[in-house]
Amino acid sequence: MSFFSIKTDRSKYPQGGEDGKLQIDLDSHKYVKIWQGPNHPGVTGNMSVELTLAGDEVVEAKTHVGYLHRGFEKLLERRLFIQGMQTSIRMCVAEPDSNEYVFCSCVEELAGIEIPEMAKWIRALILEMARLQSLLRAVPGQGGTFGLGVGVQWGIYMRELVLDRFEELTGGRIYHMFMTPGGVRGPLPTGFKKRMEETLKEIDGFIVNIDNLMFNNAVFKKRAVDVGVIDPSWVDKYGIVGPTARSLGFNRDVRKNYPYLIYDQLDFEPYTTTYSDIYNRTRVRWHDLITTVDLIRQILAKMPEKGDFKAETPNVLHWRIPKGETYVRSESSRGEYGMYMVTDGSEKPRRVNLRGPSYNNGIAVLEDLLVGANIADVGAIMVSLQVCPPEIER
Amino acid sequence: MKSLIDKLGKTFDIKDIVYQRPNLAFVTVSKEHVLNLITNLLDYEGFSHFVLLSCVDWIEDNAFQLTYFLNNPTLKIDIAVRCFIDRNNPTMTSAHHLWKQIATYQRELKEMYGIDFPGSPGVDENFVLEGWDNIPPMRREFDTKKYAEETFFPRPRNKTNDPKEYMKSKMYPND
Repeated sequence: MSFFSIKTDRSKYPQGGEDGKLQIDLDSHKYVKIWQGPNHPGVTGNMSVELTLAGDEVVEAKTHVGYLHRGFEKLLERRLFIQGMQTSIRMCVAEPDSNEYVFCSCVEELAGIEIPEMAKWIRALILEMARLQSLLRAVPGQGGTFGLGVGVQWGIYMRELVLDRFEELTGGRIYHMFMTPGGVRGPLPTGFKKRMEETLKEIDGFIVNIDNLMFNNAVFKKRAVDVGVIDPSWVDKYGIVGPTARSLGFNRDVRKNYPYLIYDQLDFEPYTTTYSDIYNRTRVRWHDLITTVDLIRQILAKMPEKGDFKAETPNVLHWRIPKGETYVRSESSRGEYGMYMVTDGSEKPRRVNLRGPSYNNGIAVLEDLLVGANIADVGAIMVSLQVCPPEIER
Repeated sequence: MKSLIDKLGKTFDIKDIVYQRPNLAFVTVSKEHVLNLITNLLDYEGFSHFVLLSCVDWIEDNAFQLTYFLNNPTLKIDIAVRCFIDRNNPTMTSAHHLWKQIATYQRELKEMYGIDFPGSPGVDENFVLEGWDNIPPMRREFDTKKYAEETFFPRPRNKTNDPKEYMKSKMYPND
């Protein structure tokens, strides 16, 4: 039971009819419809939630997407494999490198290309840096939904430091395209490890500060504990993955369960809790921050000093890949991030389909989780699921 | 994985088996047997995690390929169940009763490919498109470029000028 919630007489609320649907008569003036989004600080991107309220309690929620108008998957069917790189990464702005990895991996697997060892380490480094910059926004962002803005500002500053390292390594801050079918575009710059370590030291301090600012904060606890509680039975029923599944005691981490690249050579254990409210979901992500910083240090310490960084590939402008299909997954900061690719022997993919965690979290989970929530908690619940709308409307 | 496929083969008419990776297999069954097979995988073989429902348009074969991706989190294996449906009458039995999120996939496939899943909750509601009056846009015959040119072009903002001539007309109008 939420700290602020008031026990109500449920008989006054809409009941299910014979068809199981709620009987909501808006003309009765007992209910009101409010649209949260698409332009709203409590919404995680270009989407909106149609809320039906009884007082300040949500009795029905419906997710609406369709504000992006991009159609990435259709565009990918009309581009060469190498051209698909620029398009695929834009399916998620918050963490584009997961797209890079799954797209390149699909192409390599279907074309029968094995990437060099050095490329695997650099790819893992990039994926962990991407997770780090994403979590640096997401963890303090949860506090931001309760008005705790100072953590967000700290997080944005720390993220900029990681983006500096990205710029140094790849030349880009948000979209990198450093991975390419066959490997990566180059080795680490001279002195990169030392500068990365300096950045990580700054983030170490930030992690401690966030612990004090958010998790030992009475207001944050009162707003986050026992709010947006997910039942463990929902994990398989709704296809919940990643940090949200881990907050329910399910050790779902692709890096651990389906090791790819060099993750089997790294020592880490995903953090889990057994009760999934906003507080624990944020706590899991905070622990993910610690794990990610540790993994970057491990990668930098263990990676080879020299080696090839790209395998031989055909002329990318005339590259035909034999008929086939595959599914490749990776662990993004939000959970399992997969891509299904079908090829037909031509120069372009026949079908590319992205499977992002937000597809389930943003529609099926969110619509059911919001029922019974206080309207003041709607934004916080949505952020706690880390919904990224472009993954839904791709 | 192979022993599982062999076991399933005794009950279902499985064709076109492809072992893509040691932990990923693609199998094909008829449209009528898909629901039975994935229900069997869910109830008896531990494939509790539904990963993805996807569609591939094989316009040259006049067929849509539906692919149901299932994952067994305990054994850490994936199986992709494929079936082909007639492109002229694209209807498929709904699987929304097995996993909650399938209703969303089916709603999207209805809008993007025109495949109907009778009984699936909200399947007729708009998913991404609003007021769409053309053929479903993910079908192969839908030409995005042609549609964009017919619908959105020309716009005033797309007017281009020859820089040399334009500057001359602005800077020396009487010349």
